[in-house]
Amino acid sequence: MKLKTILLAGAMSFAAAGAWSDCAFENDVPLKSLSAGFEAWKAVTDAMAECGNFSASLDQEFREKQPEAFAADPALYQIGGVSNATLVPLLNAGTIRPLDDLVEKYGQDLLPNQLIKVDGKTMAIAMMVNAQHLMYRDDVLAELGIEEPKTYADVLAAAAKIKEAGAMDYPIGGTFKTGWNLGQEFVNMYLGEGGQFFGDGNMPAINNEQGVAALETMKAMTEFMDPEYLVSDSTYVQQQFQQGKIAMANLWASRAAAMNDEAESQVVGKVTMAAAPMGSAVPATTIWWDGIVLASNMSDEEADAAFRVALEGMDGDMVSANNDTAVWLSTAYTPGDLAAGAAASAEGGAKAYPASGPMGIMHTSLGNGLADYLTGAKDAQTTLADIEADYITAAKEAGLISN
Amino acid sequence: MNFRTFAAFVGPSVFMMLLFIAFPLVSVFKQSFYVTQPIYETVEKETCTPGFLTQTCVTELVSQPKLDEHGEIITQTQYVGLQSYRNVLEPERAWRAISDGNWQVLSTINFWKALRFTLTFTLITLPLVVGCGLGIAVLINNAARSIRGPVIFISLLPFIITPVIGVLSINWLFRGDGIMTALIEWWLNRDIALFAQAWTIEILMMLYRVWHVAPFAAIVFYAGLQTVNQDSLESAVIDGATRWQRMKYIVIPHLMPLIIFVSMIHLMDSYRVFEEIVGFSSQGYVISLQWLTFDYLTPDQAGNRSISRASANSMLTMIGVVILLILPLRRTWRDHKGGH
Repeated sequence: MKLKTILLAGAMSFAAAGAWSDCAFENDVPLKSLSAGFEAWKAVTDAMAECGNFSASLDQEFREKQPEAFAADPALYQIGGVSNATLVPLLNAGTIRPLDDLVEKYGQDLLPNQLIKVDGKTMAIAMMVNAQHLMYRDDVLAELGIEEPKTYADVLAAAAKIKEAGAMDYPIGGTFKTGWNLGQEFVNMYLGEGGQFFGDGNMPAINNEQGVAALETMKAMTEFMDPEYLVSDSTYVQQQFQQGKIAMANLWASRAAAMNDEAESQVVGKVTMAAAPMGSAVPATTIWWDGIVLASNMSDEEADAAFRVALEGMDGDMVSANNDTAVWLSTAYTPGDLAAGAAASAEGGAKAYPASGPMGIMHTSLGNGLADYLTGAKDAQTTLADIEADYITAAKEAGLISN
Repeated sequence: MNFRTFAAFVGPSVFMMLLFIAFPLVSVFKQSFYVTQPIYETVEKETCTPGFLTQTCVTELVSQPKLDEHGEIITQTQYVGLQSYRNVLEPERAWRAISDGNWQVLSTINFWKALRFTLTFTLITLPLVVGCGLGIAVLINNAARSIRGPVIFISLLPFIITPVIGVLSINWLFRGDGIMTALIEWWLNRDIALFAQAWTIEILMMLYRVWHVAPFAAIVFYAGLQTVNQDSLESAVIDGATRWQRMKYIVIPHLMPLIIFVSMIHLMDSYRVFEEIVGFSSQGYVISLQWLTFDYLTPDQAGNRSISRASANSMLTMIGVVILLILPLRRTWRDHKGGH
């Protein structure tokens, strides 16, 4: 049985290796890419591999490797996968090249909003957008006569009702894992309240009413969450949903397809994708994009081939074959129910994630400092003041704030 | 042995130690007094990001590092004295908390929070490891010769398992409704969340560490037990000594040098507790000194990392280990001198 599976797998990989015909041209320049390792990147790099002479590194820790690998001459990877945040160190170091001439030559099929422009120069090609938005169990909410929650007050009221009815012990899920995830939750809430992270000269500006409001909403949510929320990441929340343990969560659009995965999920077809709950100003979420960049340190011929291979990776065939894997930026993409939440959040005016050097430090300080408030060790103002102090120390060390 | 042969044998290892231990140590020591940072300039930039139908473009002031003619980031290195140590220790805040007698505030400052846990962890697991190790060793020693091999093998298993894997398995056994938690819940008939407060996580970490390290202590002690003077034991039996008295007056004094050896190794290892924090992702509740260094070193998504604070913190960790080792080392030194 086992041997058979292995043989079958071997045969399949042979078949995949032999399927170069799907690529419009045969690539004869050796190319490598480094990107994150989630499902959408797998689909895209598999499609790139169809052109031949291409190998992909899919690595969740890519952000630690990428700046050094691109700074090498010649660059260790020709193609890089980035998001709006991980683009920053590459832009700062000047290790990625402008793509305008290549776009003009080969990019007829690209949508105008795929071109990521910095100071008028196209520096990256976006392939998908991602955002956290509300997912909820329409069967549970409908049974109790609860309307679709529009704000966090609605979410909390719905959670109280569900708990009271005894349907679930912990109706809300949340990606509150200490570190990046928890920091991201605050960023969502704070932007939803209309807050600004920085004042003049990169000085922090989060210790204000909006900051306190964001913290209070987060704390109120934890009352309805599994007590182990500080270790709960996206995968954990996804599983809670799949096992029917939670009814609502503000979760990444890229996780939506997993709700309807028959092999894993017990709630197929029961989860509705809605806009992220409104803060006082805009929906409490941030829009992210993922896309490709090309290294500066390679020859123009290599760049030419790399660009064509990259475009093959995100062409219409790939998008139609993996339609539900992500919210693709492509003419071939048909937005289904799964994309409704991300689209509605964007229409509601959700902000793009404000990626920058200082924001990287702020995000880390938030991620490490917020737990003290949620566990009750500090009050809201002290927490925010301590996070600002931590940010200032780190930003001074990084040279972003002058002494 | 003549000097040339001695040098030929020792030379490579001394060279390796200089290259891989002494040199990095000196480098870290130096870095803890310097800060290297890019020179930033503020420029106005327009950035466009994809919306759903149109792009959203914003123009804002951003800090951007200056590049030289080769396209490399220009950096400057400054001597900052003890500033990085001050940033790690936060002495003013810590002192204010101590003089107010407010331990809760002290325990929210990263370094002191980490130090508190690291010390607790080290000092509580130490006697447990020595005790359990001794127990297992005696058990093996008393097992029938025919099953001794398998018993040794089984008791060594925990030590063979890679630490990160071991921690993750404990994590999965107890996280959420893991098998063990479900079992305890069924037994006590109440809902339990072991990862929702610091003390339960700390207990799990210590249990794991003892489970993991006790076999090492056991095998060392077992070797020592083979050399206990059988005549003394027999005469003690004739004098009517109980099992416990034989243990206390003959076996343990005989094993004392080994106990000190195991304790020293354990102090060094457990003061650098790290896998437990990562494997349990406990940083919301519990952090350790080594983890703090790791956290300073990890670049954020914009690529910033705090090398200077990381260096300062690792120097402080090393000083901590040295202080802890002074006591057992002094004893060994005295024994060593007494022996001649």
